Amino acid sequence: MAIEVRIPTILRTYTDGAKAVEGAGGTLSALIDDLEGNHPGLKDRLVEDKSGSIDLRRFVNVYINDEDVRFIGGLEAELSDGDQVVVLPAVAGGC
Amino acid sequence: MLTIAQEIFDAIVAHAKRDHPDEACGVVAGPEGSDRPERFVPMVNAAGSPTFYEFDSTELLHLYKDMDARDEEPVVIYHSHTATEAYPSRTDIGLASEPNAHYVLVSTRAHGNSEGPVEFRSYRITDGVVTEEKVTIVPLTNPQQTEEASTP
Repeated sequence: MAIEVRIPTILRTYTDGAKAVEGAGGTLSALIDDLEGNHPGLKDRLVEDKSGSIDLRRFVNVYINDEDVRFIGGLEAELSDGDQVVVLPAVAGGC
Repeated sequence: MLTIAQEIFDAIVAHAKRDHPDEACGVVAGPEGSDRPERFVPMVNAAGSPTFYEFDSTELLHLYKDMDARDEEPVVIYHSHTATEAYPSRTDIGLASEPNAHYVLVSTRAHGNSEGPVEFRSYRITDGVVTEEKVTIVPLTNPQQTEEASTP
């Protein structure tokens, strides 16, 4: 019943320093809600309100089994037990 | 303070000059907790822009998985500014997400793709606060580790 979620350094303040945590959910959206229950504050760092609907933050990358979720349905991307989810902040900037 | 080998310093500068007028970007990985930038990894600027840089999302995942497998972390995250000074912009500060990394900024505004000195400066960026630090360049200690750095 578990999905492993790899947490980047900057978000480990929400996971007591853990590099990976476990969660559950049939979609990425459900998984994020589940994680929020155990790690309050995490959700707000992953998603934002974009004109009335919740979407992934522009500079947060989430991968399911090495696939960028933006190409497989975003927050509605489907998850199964044993999937691995990786969260990585974008490395980006500009002058 | 950032301590960096001459060869890696040169490789970062060469990358910035090569990609000018677009911004160049990459990391120098090193053993976790060591603060030693040892493995030069130039990245493609997926934005392909003179005013913005972003690692390609698939390459970003590969980079982090690779570092994870080697017990490494990004000791240096570098990018170039091609028309402005080598100081973190508001965007750079807002998006900085590796509090343990040295953020290196190179400015190619003076000489572009040509020979000539560049500004090369290093910063810590933590919770939106920028702290500049001294850069010390040392002769290379282990040539094998920067093989990639000598590839043009």
